[in-house]
Amino acid sequence: MPAQQLAGSRIREKRLDRGLRQAAVAETVGISPSYLNLIEHNRRRIGGKLLADIARALDVDAALLSEGADSGLLDEMRHAAALLGSDVEVAKAEECAGRYPGWSALIAAQSRRIAALQTQAQALSDRMAHDPVLAGALHEVISTVSAIRSSSSILVGPEQLDEDWQRRFHQNIHNDSLRLAESSEALISYLQAPDAQAEQAMSAFEQMENWLVQSEFHLSALESARADVGAFVKASGLSGAPATLLQAHAVQYAKDVAALPLAAFERACRAHNYDPGVIAQEFSEPLPRILRRMACLPPLNDHPPMGLAVCDAAGVLTFVKPVAGFSMPRVGGACPLWPLFLALSRPGQPIRLEVVLPGINASRALCYAVATARTPAHFDVPPAVQSIMLVVPDPDGSAGTSQSVGVACRICPRSDCASRREPAISGVAVQTAL
Amino acid sequence: MGKRVLLIEDEPNIIEAISFILSRDGWTVHTHEDGMTAMDKVLGFPPDMIILDVMLPGRSGFDILRDLRGNDLTKDVPVMMLTARGQEKDRDLAMRLGANHFMTKPFSNTEVRDFVRDLMRA
Repeated sequence: MPAQQLAGSRIREKRLDRGLRQAAVAETVGISPSYLNLIEHNRRRIGGKLLADIARALDVDAALLSEGADSGLLDEMRHAAALLGSDVEVAKAEECAGRYPGWSALIAAQSRRIAALQTQAQALSDRMAHDPVLAGALHEVISTVSAIRSSSSILVGPEQLDEDWQRRFHQNIHNDSLRLAESSEALISYLQAPDAQAEQAMSAFEQMENWLVQSEFHLSALESARADVGAFVKASGLSGAPATLLQAHAVQYAKDVAALPLAAFERACRAHNYDPGVIAQEFSEPLPRILRRMACLPPLNDHPPMGLAVCDAAGVLTFVKPVAGFSMPRVGGACPLWPLFLALSRPGQPIRLEVVLPGINASRALCYAVATARTPAHFDVPPAVQSIMLVVPDPDGSAGTSQSVGVACRICPRSDCASRREPAISGVAVQTAL
Repeated sequence: MGKRVLLIEDEPNIIEAISFILSRDGWTVHTHEDGMTAMDKVLGFPPDMIILDVMLPGRSGFDILRDLRGNDLTKDVPVMMLTARGQEKDRDLAMRLGANHFMTKPFSNTEVRDFVRDLMRA
């Protein structure tokens, strides 16, 4: 049932929450109790002044009654349920979000925190297992301890040792104890490196994207033809792998700026109603560049919100610019039905597709996707293919046809999806064969 | 002259301690510190038993063990592996490759001596 048709249920919940009688509310807003009853059971549509009056009588925001909870919040709550993997009341997520928005936001925040901590734990585990510096330091410590143990047990053993051997093993123990002190100090200082924890809390991609979120992905420092990419990256404060990724992103961004100067590009976007195909023709520039540039328009210039996702040939998301109304999971795989992945099977063929997300709010989004080789072609060398997708949530009008997609299989309620790769969590969907 | 033990280990003070306790127990101990040339040493000095460290400069003890078991001259020589890596998968790998025993550092001298005696008797 569309979200608006559930406005009645929300009115009923809010009224009962506040302990108000149906007749009292009906009288306050000037309608009959029976008409309010029909509204509360979703048998009459409601909007405009009457909705505003009822919202005032119930002391709630009218938008909360008409639209329900934010779909992004709902997706995050379902992700939280997926993390637990138990019999959470997933079907009541929207009710929970509508009635207890503060608690729901807390659940979503804790879910994000858990995911970050899991990533950190995995990174630490990987580090313990594979970090050559740490492995070398531990090996040095254990080898030295072994040598001390062997030498000392000879000295305290029951058998007599002549003085030369005694002196020799004492000297060995002394030398090994100095080595042990040095290697222990080195190990401790390595484990206490000040930036170690922060670096491991998120992947390098996430650290870069989190930094870009501060500027809503529009990098005004790079909008000039004389922009200094090196200085820009240095000023970011990032280091290591995230800085390397930001450097690559900034170099690409500067090239996009040079090909598509901001003022002319903004004019073209508005003139062509944000149709990337037409804009690409006007500038004679490749579509991926147009999509990247559209996703990075200045946030304060009244452009429609747009998200961006980039993946490699393996379908791994390598760049995500989130946008309200279209959740993009960073942990676990995304929905295989996204046009982003469809484009991988048709390199060079742009795809324009309206998609409908599942759930009670059934939000729509217009997606433009194209997969291209990002390296020059060479004989006998497979191209490095990259797919890019621009997402425009809640587009004006409708293309008429739309494709049902999801966010991720674990939280997807679609029961008849042939592309499902893993069961959904309990309460989300009827389980289908995989 | 006692039976011959070849100790392939790169830690000088461990070499000295093990050599001392085994020599005192009657074994003739030869030592070698480099993984890359370890097989040459084994073939040039056929030992009755080998004590082999896993982490050696140049070549891993696992690789050397694989070569030992693949060579007709050394495939039956008892091998005791020493390692600072006590993970179960390392022990499994050593036993799969044909080690007779696997000992984790830090070990006790008595343990080493007793296992050498047992392996030689077997």
